[in-house]
Amino acid sequence: MTALAYGVAAWLLVVGIAGVVTSRNLIHLVVCMSVVQASTYVLLLGIGYRSGAKAPVFADIPTGTRVVDPVVQALTLTDVVVEATVIALLLAIAVQAHKRFGTLDPDRLGAIRG
Amino acid sequence: MSRRARFVLFAISAVGAAGLLAWAFAGLPEFGDYQGRYGRIVAASAVPDRSATEAVAVTVFDYRALDTLGEEFILFVSVFGVLALLRIHRGERERGRAVGEGRRGPGPSESLRLAGRLLVAPVLLLGIYIVSHGHLTPGGGFQGGVVLGTAMFLLFLSAGYLAFKRVRPVSVVEAVEAGGAAGFALIGVGGLLLGAVFLENFISPGKSGLLTGGTIPLSNAAVGLEVAGALIMILSEFLDQRLLVRERSR
Repeated sequence: MTALAYGVAAWLLVVGIAGVVTSRNLIHLVVCMSVVQASTYVLLLGIGYRSGAKAPVFADIPTGTRVVDPVVQALTLTDVVVEATVIALLLAIAVQAHKRFGTLDPDRLGAIRG
Repeated sequence: MSRRARFVLFAISAVGAAGLLAWAFAGLPEFGDYQGRYGRIVAASAVPDRSATEAVAVTVFDYRALDTLGEEFILFVSVFGVLALLRIHRGERERGRAVGEGRRGPGPSESLRLAGRLLVAPVLLLGIYIVSHGHLTPGGGFQGGVVLGTAMFLLFLSAGYLAFKRVRPVSVVEAVEAGGAAGFALIGVGGLLLGAVFLENFISPGKSGLLTGGTIPLSNAAVGLEVAGALIMILSEFLDQRLLVRERSR
């Protein structure tokens, strides 16, 4: 159990990178990047976990209850927002690449002309 | 670089990276036994100091608000990035609206129309709920803003592109987005004027009920508007590309 959360993070990282390297479609490549980034969420949340602890929301549990770390959860929120913006920009670039070269295969994109 | 050469390069670097990864993971704290001090301090002070029960929201919009301001502006600027990348290029023309509408093919089915229309109001309400209770229960400006933006796209799915365009005048959405971003920065200036430092929580946290947490609900509302505006701008820019822009003539 101990290694499982970190193992999942490592697995997502490796699978995502493998997908990026073997990708034959820019949209697929962007989705693989998001899988790589998902590994960072799992890693952050896994690090902040305390065994037997509750979520850090005191709406229905008394103050002072043992909770998991709220700071890494806030960092994960930042991570998610940044991922959303990166993906929006990458997809916009993919749209323009398709317009210019008529293909989404990274191997068939020509050199970028000004 | 050929595909084969790229795989060979990847295989070599992957072995090195796997070694580094194993080394890094070996140094991680034991799972379930995190000893970080800040998290414990934040969790212990959220309720007594801020009357807000959501320790993550207290971290994001109060103790770590400066980072969140930067994060919010990343989103704000990325909207301009998408607008700049997807602007109408030389050699492209905007299709007539009628043509764009025709290209959509057959309209939405009756069931999609009905389901979309029935869902718009509840989803809007859910978004407002998530934004306004961000300091009490899980949720907040970022999450609720996405739900609010989604309500607009339900409208697109059920009523079609033209109705969506009418309800979404670009200038209004731009104003909402910019207003949300400016609102958060102004709350920070308020801390400078009425408190001591930028982004200080200068409103008394109160005791109980919806309006606790000082500036946290205000920041949540500002971020909610900004995120909803940004989402609508980015997604409708992609829709415009699909429906309105004519392919470059070759």
